[in-house]
Amino acid sequence: MKLNRRTFLGTGVAAATALQAPMVLGAGKPRVVVIGGGAGGATTARYIAKGAKGAVDVTLVEPTRTYYTCFFSNLYLGGFRELSSLAHSYGKLASDYGINVVHDWAIGIDRDARTVSLAGGGMLNYDRLVLSPGIDFVDGAVEGWDVTAQNKMPHAFKAGSQTELLKAQIEAMPEGGVFAMVAPPNPFRCPPGPYERVSMVAHVLKERNPTAKIIIADPKNKFSKMALFQEGWANHYEGMIDWINGDFGGGNVSVDPDAMTVTIDGEETKVDVCNVIPAMKAGRICEMAGITEGNWAPVTGHTMQSRIDENIHVLGDACAQGDMPKSGFSANSQAKVAAMAVLSALTDSKLFPAKFSNTCWSLIDTNDGVKVGATYEATDEKIAKVDGFISQTGEDAELRQATYEESVGWYAGITADIFG
Amino acid sequence: MRWLGGAFLAWGVLAGTAWAEEEATRIGDPERGAEIFGKCASCHEVGQGAKHRVGPHLNGIFDRKVAQFEDYNYSEGIERARRDGMVWNLKNLDAYLENPKTLVSGTRMNFAGLKNKRDRDDVLAYLRQFSANPQDIPEAAPTARKREVELPPEVLAIMGDPDYGEYLSTECTTCHQVDGEYDGIPVITGWIEEDFVVAMHAYKRKIRPHPVMQMMAGRLSDEEIAALAAYFGALE
Repeated sequence: MKLNRRTFLGTGVAAATALQAPMVLGAGKPRVVVIGGGAGGATTARYIAKGAKGAVDVTLVEPTRTYYTCFFSNLYLGGFRELSSLAHSYGKLASDYGINVVHDWAIGIDRDARTVSLAGGGMLNYDRLVLSPGIDFVDGAVEGWDVTAQNKMPHAFKAGSQTELLKAQIEAMPEGGVFAMVAPPNPFRCPPGPYERVSMVAHVLKERNPTAKIIIADPKNKFSKMALFQEGWANHYEGMIDWINGDFGGGNVSVDPDAMTVTIDGEETKVDVCNVIPAMKAGRICEMAGITEGNWAPVTGHTMQSRIDENIHVLGDACAQGDMPKSGFSANSQAKVAAMAVLSALTDSKLFPAKFSNTCWSLIDTNDGVKVGATYEATDEKIAKVDGFISQTGEDAELRQATYEESVGWYAGITADIFG
Repeated sequence: MRWLGGAFLAWGVLAGTAWAEEEATRIGDPERGAEIFGKCASCHEVGQGAKHRVGPHLNGIFDRKVAQFEDYNYSEGIERARRDGMVWNLKNLDAYLENPKTLVSGTRMNFAGLKNKRDRDDVLAYLRQFSANPQDIPEAAPTARKREVELPPEVLAIMGDPDYGEYLSTECTTCHQVDGEYDGIPVITGWIEEDFVVAMHAYKRKIRPHPVMQMMAGRLSDEEIAALAAYFGALE
């Protein structure tokens, strides 16, 4: 067992525990491996470690040492947040909760042997595996684009350097230039995300480059919070945004990253920035584990267990669960059900009926926040919506400002809940 | 005092039976309410020439949006209720008088509350005389109230299961910080359990005005609310 190339973050105690882990196989303490340190995985690891009080060995596998949340990264594009305010580390999960944080890529899962192999050469044994790897992109989803083109035409749907690149490109646009977005088909991470992003780009351009234009090529005919966004675009950015929906050929798109052109329904346009958000699928490790059907990993909502392997729980954007949107809030909500289910399987703690919720706030312009949310429960068939609400068009400015301020509070709350 | 006339005896009789969804109703005895208002008068004035004192004057309060006086410095809690769109209708005034901090966390109104329903009714009947058109009979929207069940003692007496509360609390902590930090979203730790229970039921019945909280509380059973109260109440 090669452990020397593994990297650890956190206290020496945590690292030492991790090093011992493979040697205590069968020696009592049940072992949980969590792959993915975002809203789903980090929350699950924290809640399992917190609930188990040392009775379960928890290892979190996450390649990056600094995690940038995808949620609120649009606000960075709009100039409302610093990128550093979206950065989180895993120090507390290691030091305060005793989680073994392993910074490495999981590259293979042997479901019979119940092992995870790591790019660095190590191997982890598990009694329960939690997969929360987020999304990858469907190959060939946008003609002319693949991930090797992401430095010319960024997706910026995983936050960090991609987001920085996109912001720099927007700010470097020539006067009267064109920003194009290729929007994804359903289902995808953060349903209001592309449209909040357009709002933030418009906000920047209105100040810096007011004759610039925004084109959205969209395969869909409707999207999350559509009435609210369209009202906001008319109020704040009149004439700037051209949304070409599916009925008008918005789904018939190809791009040329070298020539910086976008062809929509046969009409080629030269653009200055092109944000390509391709169709999405579960993070690749799910395919490698053989637990996907189509693009996603099906799960039961009662416990977030894979419908293909009961020793594996899949949550967040990667799973197919039913009615919940793919969002950081949803992943965090599902993580708590997964943690409870794992604890109940491995310790004597109780299993309660699964409850889920989600709220998505979006910022349209300064102090113009809107939200949509719902509650969910697990049925045998799926995670099913119970109740919901959405901001209304025509709300007064004060309520919109309060909604925005609430979203800032939510960010502080959820990131504390994820990273400790 | 025409509006205390015979027609209201009929309304009173109906009170114990099934009401329509929304009915005008006699509030209480304003003369007795005037006496009880003595408890309020050290901070609030009402009537001709009333001015702001420690608290704002109460003329015209019925059916007015919360915190409408520009010349009065409201607490952050009251300001938040205003932004949430709260209106001083009868239900909210009643809930506020029962326990101000339960309806509006962070209000500066340091008043233990009138626990007796009849006392509240009578004070509100008294205050009602200083709001618009009290002579309109039968009363219009400001004093119409939806049928509302008082929290029965057995609901308040439920002993919450803190283990279950801990699990349920994980839904709350996506927004509310467990360390009690206020960051645009209210603090929910360390509440007196009964206040917590009343507040959650007020959201559940859509008396408190926040759509996320109305939705979250809307699906919680009495036992689940008690479990949450037990769990959060024990957190510092």
